[in-house]
Amino acid sequence: MKKIEVLGTGCKKCVTTAEQIESVAGKLGIEIEVEKVTDPAAIMGYKVMSTPAVAIDGKLVHSGSVPDSGKIEAMLKA
Amino acid sequence: MLEVFTWLADWLVYGVAGLNPESKLGTSLHFFVEDTTKIFALLVVMIYVIALMRASLDLERVRHYIQQKNRFAGYGLGAGFGAITPFCSCSSIPLFLGFTSAGIPLGITMAFLFTSPIINEVAVIMLWSLLGWEFTLVYIAIGMGVGIGGGMILDALKGERWLKDFAAKAYQQAAEAPLSDEPAPEAPTLTMKDRHTFAWNELKEIVERIWKWVIIGVGLGAALHGFVPDGWFADNLGSGQWWNVPVAVLAGLPLYSNATGVIPVMESLILKGLPVGTTLAFCMSTVAASFPEFIMLKQVMKWRLLAIIFVILLVNFMIVGWVINLLSPWLFSGFH
Repeated sequence: MKKIEVLGTGCKKCVTTAEQIESVAGKLGIEIEVEKVTDPAAIMGYKVMSTPAVAIDGKLVHSGSVPDSGKIEAMLKA
Repeated sequence: MLEVFTWLADWLVYGVAGLNPESKLGTSLHFFVEDTTKIFALLVVMIYVIALMRASLDLERVRHYIQQKNRFAGYGLGAGFGAITPFCSCSSIPLFLGFTSAGIPLGITMAFLFTSPIINEVAVIMLWSLLGWEFTLVYIAIGMGVGIGGGMILDALKGERWLKDFAAKAYQQAAEAPLSDEPAPEAPTLTMKDRHTFAWNELKEIVERIWKWVIIGVGLGAALHGFVPDGWFADNLGSGQWWNVPVAVLAGLPLYSNATGVIPVMESLILKGLPVGTTLAFCMSTVAASFPEFIMLKQVMKWRLLAIIFVILLVNFMIVGWVINLLSPWLFSGFH
């Protein structure tokens, strides 16, 4: 089970990102757990400056936009 | 070239709808049709073109660039990048922490955040098309000035004392560490197709975010234009007494709008004879001092720092109002 964190201070784009990841994972049949991280100190810990950003199992894989489904697929399969 | 939109509005409002050009409703509707069509057409073209050009600008590189410069160049760069970097207010906290934890002084980071809501491509396009290039240049200079001035005062007061503890600690660690001579993060290599995708997404996102503001702003502007008699402000507020400016700043505070919504209103206010400085003070106060954003900053600052920033902004806006009112006979000779 992959642990996915969506980093962002709670704007609409972060919600969209989380939903997209869940839907792509559902299609691919990959089991994941998505958590939205809004705590500024935690976001700083990832050294992210533009949100929404995505971390998988504690490793930053994307930042600055809502990733499209192709990118999400690549992230989940990696 | 922009007359097309006047003709379009003439044809639609006076021709197709058959309204009288002398009537209040006719003037208002004409203003509304002309401005909305003009603004949307310009926005769509310009946002796309600008986004094509700045597709490769990212915050990591901006930060690296600012970090390498001396402090005084830093304020100007902070405000300058605040103006040109695409930036959504929901990113202000990560950006703030990203800059702070890289040892960039609070005042420079705040110069970026002050200027960012005031100047952006949408505001510049709208000002240029509605109020002309002289006004646009003055507006840009003021926006930069408010950012740079505000940032310098914050550093002079040693504002970093009142950061939340975790942010203060991150700043201190970075400030004490020797400046790394890491090379700048590389510019991503983008194909034309990548740029197009980026620009197209930007366009969709920005238009989706601002179209309501344009309609509301132009609607209000149009109503003012048609229903408030010329010279009403001069008759009722006195023309340009000193206390008009603080009143305008305070009146703008509870109103929360972005630059897009407020610029068409500015156009009408100025045309109705409200002094330019007073109008600008009102506009800046509406755009840059908004409570939702202040509450967001609370996550990284203590109340005291927030209060100081708030006061600095208000005082800056008043100074802008007074100075521009004083200078406007020279600045905008062709304007009234």
